[in-house]
Amino acid sequence: MISAGIVTVSYIAATVLFILALGGLSNQETARRGNWYGISGMTIALLATVFGVVTQHFELLIGALLIGGTIGIILARRVQMTQMPELVAILHSLVGLAAVAVGFASFMDPTKHYVGIDLTIHDIETYLGILIGAVTFSGSVVAFLKLSARISGSPLTLPGRHLFNLGLLIGSIWFGYQFVVQSAAGGGLEPLIIMTVIALVFGIHMVMAIGGADMPVVVSMLNSYSGWAASATGFMLNNDLLIVTGALVGSSGAILSYIMCRAMNRKFLAVIAGGFGTGGGTSAASGDGEDQGEVVAIEPHDTAALLNGAKEVMIIPGYGMAVAQAQHIVYEITRELRDKKINVRFGIHPVAGRMPGHMNVLLAEAKVPYDIVYEMDEINDDFPDVDVSIVIGANDIVNPSAQTDPDSPIAGMPVLECWKGKTTVVLKRSMATGYAGVQNPLFFKENTRMLFGDAKESLDTVFKAL
Amino acid sequence: MRIGVPKEIHAGEARVATTPEVASQLIKVGFDVAVEANAGTAANFSDAAYEAAGCEVLASASDVWSQSDVILKVRAPEGDEERLLRSDQVLISFLAPGQNPELLETLTKSGATALSMDSVPRISRAQKMDALSSMANIAGYRAIVEAAQHFGRFFTGQITAAGKIPPAKVLVIGAGVAGLSAIGAAKSMGAIVRSFDTRPEVKEQVESMDAEFLMLDFEDEDGTGEGGYAKVMSDEFIAAEMALFAEQAKEVDIIVTTALIPGRPAPRLILAEHVGLMKDGSVIVDLAAETGGNCELTEPGEVVVKDGVTIIGYTDLPSRLAAQSSQLYATNLRHLLTDMTPEKDGNIVIDFEDEVVRGATVCKDGETTYPPPAPKLSAAPAKPAEPEPFVIAEEKKPSVAGPIIAVAVAALALLGLGSVAPPDFMAHFTVFVLACFVGYMVIWNVTPALHTPLMSVTNAISSIIVIGALLQISSANSVIMWIAAATILITSINIAGGFAVTRRMLEMFRK
Repeated sequence: MISAGIVTVSYIAATVLFILALGGLSNQETARRGNWYGISGMTIALLATVFGVVTQHFELLIGALLIGGTIGIILARRVQMTQMPELVAILHSLVGLAAVAVGFASFMDPTKHYVGIDLTIHDIETYLGILIGAVTFSGSVVAFLKLSARISGSPLTLPGRHLFNLGLLIGSIWFGYQFVVQSAAGGGLEPLIIMTVIALVFGIHMVMAIGGADMPVVVSMLNSYSGWAASATGFMLNNDLLIVTGALVGSSGAILSYIMCRAMNRKFLAVIAGGFGTGGGTSAASGDGEDQGEVVAIEPHDTAALLNGAKEVMIIPGYGMAVAQAQHIVYEITRELRDKKINVRFGIHPVAGRMPGHMNVLLAEAKVPYDIVYEMDEINDDFPDVDVSIVIGANDIVNPSAQTDPDSPIAGMPVLECWKGKTTVVLKRSMATGYAGVQNPLFFKENTRMLFGDAKESLDTVFKAL
Repeated sequence: MRIGVPKEIHAGEARVATTPEVASQLIKVGFDVAVEANAGTAANFSDAAYEAAGCEVLASASDVWSQSDVILKVRAPEGDEERLLRSDQVLISFLAPGQNPELLETLTKSGATALSMDSVPRISRAQKMDALSSMANIAGYRAIVEAAQHFGRFFTGQITAAGKIPPAKVLVIGAGVAGLSAIGAAKSMGAIVRSFDTRPEVKEQVESMDAEFLMLDFEDEDGTGEGGYAKVMSDEFIAAEMALFAEQAKEVDIIVTTALIPGRPAPRLILAEHVGLMKDGSVIVDLAAETGGNCELTEPGEVVVKDGVTIIGYTDLPSRLAAQSSQLYATNLRHLLTDMTPEKDGNIVIDFEDEVVRGATVCKDGETTYPPPAPKLSAAPAKPAEPEPFVIAEEKKPSVAGPIIAVAVAALALLGLGSVAPPDFMAHFTVFVLACFVGYMVIWNVTPALHTPLMSVTNAISSIIVIGALLQISSANSVIMWIAAATILITSINIAGGFAVTRRMLEMFRK
């Protein structure tokens, strides 16, 4: 048994280590050390709590830790890098579930006695912790199902869904009030359960209404929620470590959501309200019926010749690369070209993929060195010098109408200006429109060539021809 | 249908209208291909190669003409060939119908359908069939090779132990397809290249090839004519132009002229006096020799030396690179044939609704169909008035009232909270607000490339919620104990999984 003072000091140490862990991610060199800081912080916090606070049921505790830890490590080993968004989503749901469980357990704990304003505040904290936890849990489960394609990724738009959400909100406030009142009289379990159900329904409905390509926002928003849930739990338990850690995670997720929204030039609330890209209303705006001109197809063989003749090549990956699992062959091509002294770089749009930074991880997995992978803002001015841009399974993020057509649903969204280069080769399965349902004038530009077919197969052929 | 490719009979013509590679592609579209024996020999394509590609090799020209439905040629038919053409046949070749009215009449009388490759309209869709550009490209390249052959020095500058060698200076007049090709070839051999053109819009193209574009100091007269060609210029302009050439003639070592105006004799750009100004040993390559030459002293088809300057007037430059030009020309033909075979069954359809086919067809069913009606689109399609990229920064100034109200409401809420909440709560609240700010500062420094690891590591550390469960597991209440145990189980999945997967990802990032 160690003293309460030591426990507090350990918590401070853990807090500092967590901040260092996040700070370490500022660049690739320090990131690995950052992760170790995180692991040390967690270990210190766990040890201090186990030896300073826990008085009995050690065998249960150790058993749960070991089983859970083993499952976690197996998951982490087995997961494919293309499945990262799903893994992150399902892990978020666990944090939400834990917040709900801790909240209920705390509410049922007979040893805690608060009176007056303390009781009210404690009740509100408990209530908020469970509410956020439940939304995080059900929302993450739906996000997981959508990302793993177990359910359709297209947005579910119920009639009157905004009213429905409003109703759920009012309902949860009403039951929150009931809970506080009844809790003062010694009861309150019933409104708490009803409220939890409402929160679960809200979480499901919210994520169901959001389409596949808005998933980066959803995943980072759920990341944020899981932090706020931990923070609310910290208030409930009077534990500063939880409060601080939760706040760190919460602001991290919030900033990521903000970055993602900005990259799509959309309001956070508009994304959360969902229903984008259903084809209703928005897509008709940019005149699909217009004759856009002709697309020029190209064969893999000619693509290879084009690449061989280039000096500057830019590769722009999108979600299609992840779907086709084409990142490895992309790397092979990159290596081949770099051996020929052709400067190959990658341009990553912030919302490419289904999760912030998704493309970077896929490319890293395929051993693409990170110093040739650039963010949109870093390379967008270089396109006039690029000989060949290769767009792999991306559409809206290279759509010039975001800049030229003020009526386009994606107007004002920052895009990679690949059409300013000499030639652009677009790998695509067919001429279908992108997620936003907008036709892409890039495909009809004179310096654009379309390479139709499965990205991986096409690139395999290109690689063989190099 | 059967495609027949006779050997070219024009004196010195080395090209052939199809190559074994292209023939095999035509066979894939459903055609049979027959080739006259030795048709490709001069262009280094043996009969055996044609046979290997699936063609039938026929001994004589008359066999080819009599057994084929479609005749592919390079040069227009001449002599006996005109009589061999039957009314049910389709002939595709260079015909120059504008310059050869007699030929056009003969072809029309024969009742056959004739398509002229030099009449393919210059629209973007037809670029792949633009045989004139293909040939011009080759002529431009070959012009530099010929110049190098007759020029007694290096193109590239060098500093050697035996002294300094200055780089050759090349002037390319007319920056069309041939001109640009010549610029590219001369540039890659190391010469200093300048170019002049009456069309100001080619300046960018010239400069993109690293050559210098010579501007005339002349009040804006744009020499751009129809179909991307140049037009005739005013007298003042020509006078200024002459002065420029006189000045350049003193400096440059090699002049390549490629100036053509469609349907007219080539403009006289390099006069005898210019030639006199040039250094001995200089070279002029006149790509317009066939239509009279840009240089006054050019003798078509010949190489002559005047005033110590070699003037090359070859009219068969593409044929001097026969393998390459046959390859490109055959590919142009293949594209045309493929487009004319919508069913891919080897049966061509003469569809006058198709702008390209309409433009190329010069006679059909005994009627002359040349010149075609004006194409709907010119080479430079009327640009859809490209709207200026609208300015995103045009956002309304954020109203000042909004944030002030928000701050005021937040302040009031905090004050309200502070007035009722116990100090204990406020202490936690302080920590919370500060932590949010620390988080804000730290997260903005995270590189976007690491956003996915950031999410997984924050996910792992948000499992710090396990502390809550640890505080509860010692409870005497067995329900609470079991809930706490389950919570520990799921959060430890998260802790181990989150950190492990982050580690796995970070290991992958490498330089």
